[in-house]
Amino acid sequence: MFKGVDFWPHDKIFPIMQVRRSFVIASIVVFCLAVGLLATRGLNFGIDFKGGSLFEIQSKSGPVDIGELRAKLGGLGLGSVQIQQLDDPTDALIRFEQQKPKEGESSEKAQQNAAAKVQDALGDDIEIRRTEVVGPAVSGELAWAGVTAVMFAMVGILLYIWFRFEWQFAIAAIVALVHDITITLGVFSILRLDFGLSEVAALLTLAGYSINDTVVVFDRIRENLRRYKKMPLDQLMNLSINETLSRTVLTSGTTLLAVLSIYVFGTEVIKGFAFAMLFGILIGTWSSIFVASPFLLWIGVKRDWSGIAKSDKATAAARP
Amino acid sequence: MLHFSRFKIAFVAFVCFMGLLATLPNFLSQETLKSWPSFLPHKQLSLGLDLKGGAHLLLQMDSSELRKDWLKSLRGDVRKQLRDARIRYTGLGQTKQLVRVKLVDPSKMDEALRRLRTTIPQPLGGPFGAGTDYDAEVQEGPGDTIEVVPTNAGMQQRISGAITSAIEVIRRRVDNIGTAEPSIVRQGNDRILVQYPGLDDTTRLKELIGKTARLTFHDVHPTMTGQEAEQTRVPLGFVVYPDAEDPNYTHVLREIPLIYGEDLVDANPGFDQNTNEPIISFRFNQKAAVEFGRFTSQNVGRPFAIVLDNGIKDDGSADVVVLSAPVIREPILGGSGQISGNFSVQSANDLAVQIRSGALPATLTVVEERTVGPSLGADSIEAGEYAAIVGGIGVAAFMIFAYGLFGIFALLAVLVNLILIIGTMSMIGSTLTLPGIAGLILTVGMAVDANVLIYERIREEMRNGKQPISAIDSGFSRAFGTIIDSNLTTLIAAIVMFWLGSGPIRGFAVTLSLGIFATIFTAFLVTRLMVALWVARQKTRKIPAPL
Repeated sequence: MFKGVDFWPHDKIFPIMQVRRSFVIASIVVFCLAVGLLATRGLNFGIDFKGGSLFEIQSKSGPVDIGELRAKLGGLGLGSVQIQQLDDPTDALIRFEQQKPKEGESSEKAQQNAAAKVQDALGDDIEIRRTEVVGPAVSGELAWAGVTAVMFAMVGILLYIWFRFEWQFAIAAIVALVHDITITLGVFSILRLDFGLSEVAALLTLAGYSINDTVVVFDRIRENLRRYKKMPLDQLMNLSINETLSRTVLTSGTTLLAVLSIYVFGTEVIKGFAFAMLFGILIGTWSSIFVASPFLLWIGVKRDWSGIAKSDKATAAARP
Repeated sequence: MLHFSRFKIAFVAFVCFMGLLATLPNFLSQETLKSWPSFLPHKQLSLGLDLKGGAHLLLQMDSSELRKDWLKSLRGDVRKQLRDARIRYTGLGQTKQLVRVKLVDPSKMDEALRRLRTTIPQPLGGPFGAGTDYDAEVQEGPGDTIEVVPTNAGMQQRISGAITSAIEVIRRRVDNIGTAEPSIVRQGNDRILVQYPGLDDTTRLKELIGKTARLTFHDVHPTMTGQEAEQTRVPLGFVVYPDAEDPNYTHVLREIPLIYGEDLVDANPGFDQNTNEPIISFRFNQKAAVEFGRFTSQNVGRPFAIVLDNGIKDDGSADVVVLSAPVIREPILGGSGQISGNFSVQSANDLAVQIRSGALPATLTVVEERTVGPSLGADSIEAGEYAAIVGGIGVAAFMIFAYGLFGIFALLAVLVNLILIIGTMSMIGSTLTLPGIAGLILTVGMAVDANVLIYERIREEMRNGKQPISAIDSGFSRAFGTIIDSNLTTLIAAIVMFWLGSGPIRGFAVTLSLGIFATIFTAFLVTRLMVALWVARQKTRKIPAPL
């Protein structure tokens, strides 16, 4: 029978915790860069959060002429109109910002009127495949909902890990999570990628994934804490990371494969989401190895787990 | 861990079978489904608007307009009550927030307050509401005035009621556009979400639902023209409205209508027999027909006016016009008539639809609009299929390479996982959106992870010198806690997404949550069952190393 190929060098123990300093410094530097970027350059918020309009169009006769399009729409007095060519030469994205309302007009109406103007100006040769018009009231709410979603998710995760492990684990996991989310946001900032509602969903998923990875390592640390009562903490953590490393790499690999195929084949709507996930998996894997455990080591953990081990056994025995 | 009671095996088989049954309709045509026995599941997964194309409109009700209308009717109530109680007043008027009236005789203040307090405020929750809260407050204002102020709770109740009736009106109006079944639901307190599958040009939809279309019939002032009224003063109880054809021409009409649009039982577009212009013919109900007959009999030779109130215009001013003001040539007793008002065929048709469907309580503004053309939706589905196939093959190759036969077990478990998710989604009638497909693909990644955790653990136990059977046994039991912990934390993120998210994000959260439950089930029962059956099939007591 074919048993599969165990390609992982299990007998080799990587001295991750010994060289943790350089990894931690790298993480801190990148984290600070990301914070700096977010503070100065900010995010390129999509119309979900900023309000505005978006049209995805397709030219019925051959490649779309961006210059002509720009000329057509430039004269409408809508402020800055962004036109972006998509992968398919017949397709393009048109975006413009929230319109300033005229005297007595509501801003929602102003936005609707501007969108109607664009639709008229595009003419018959161009098919509008997708429109999104978001008024200021809704965009404000969506932004707030996005922020609260991420916050609540973090609090929920924090409480769960605190409940299942110890508060030090919970803090370390959240630190790793903040690290991942901030750096992913930094990448969105540096690449000027559109940041909308589906990207928030991607952030939440990445939060789930990253925590998942971290929890697997922590779980092993907890197990080893019970088993090796006298082993120095850094050695014990190093052992735990190494024991779970093959799983971490394999899982990241398969998930990466799945998300990569979404990124490659996905349409414009899902690309941002897939990109956030793609990057998130990499950074999540990194942080569960090089951020969460070093931080846990730094704040220290309780060494005597015998009481908890006993109660765990008791519950295990009670389980049918 | 490797022992399965018969009951447990039956349970796993039952769940998988049910999942399969619930998933099956998605792969059958509608005709095959019709001949399907009725006890089997019929529901297919419904596709979200982003996949099949369609329009999504979020409408918000203008509460200031609602408040204005309410204050107007409160003003009428105050007038009636004070008149009935023979309390003389001057300066009865309304501001943006309240109705204020000044008493001529301040000594009547207490009596007036008592009178208004017992008649004007209505208990919240309708006349039979048990609460002690009221929808309006009557209070003493500065300088011998009485103020009637709507309470916040009263306003909320108004908005809520208006939204409920607006949903009904929109449903009736939208039914005239096409055959698809739109979903029209309340969102929050003052919003309505309209989702219309298959529609990618929303111009007509917005045209139909963006107008209040309140039709009223008014008596015209016998002598005064609009010009005179503007130069002097509009007489008490009269209002000045512009003409629909010529906005510079105005009419002076009695403020309280003779007949309201609600009393029209039918309205249809047509053409005038003489001029061939588009018109709308209508019929009154019994009560209004009698009323109108009486009025026209008494006023032969004088005009009456048909007024269309469309809420507020773009610039914030009132959008009220006199559609036509025909002179009564003879008494109209049959209860039917026609409106000619400079219509186009389309506008006559739209207005007829709007009149038939009833008036909206207030103007609705589009605060969010998303449309997806059918071709883009089809592209998305195709892209999703490609991604699923390529991603699936990639993951499958990876798993078989890494784990051999057990890799195939894991893949079978992932397949069951997908069947369970799709089956459950079909059963509970949730919609598959584009992010939902992403969620499915991500679930595949996570489901594989559960198996990877188990298999790596088994390998580790064997490296530590355990025999295959006990390695498998402790591999499953040790990985259990880890899988629960890691999946539950992801579940927390998914629940938050469902709770706070809207539309597509919710779809994603649903798929992800279902995926987590399915993952726990398949990793711990399906994979384990397959492994247990494999172990049982080994003839020798000493089984070969499986991984």
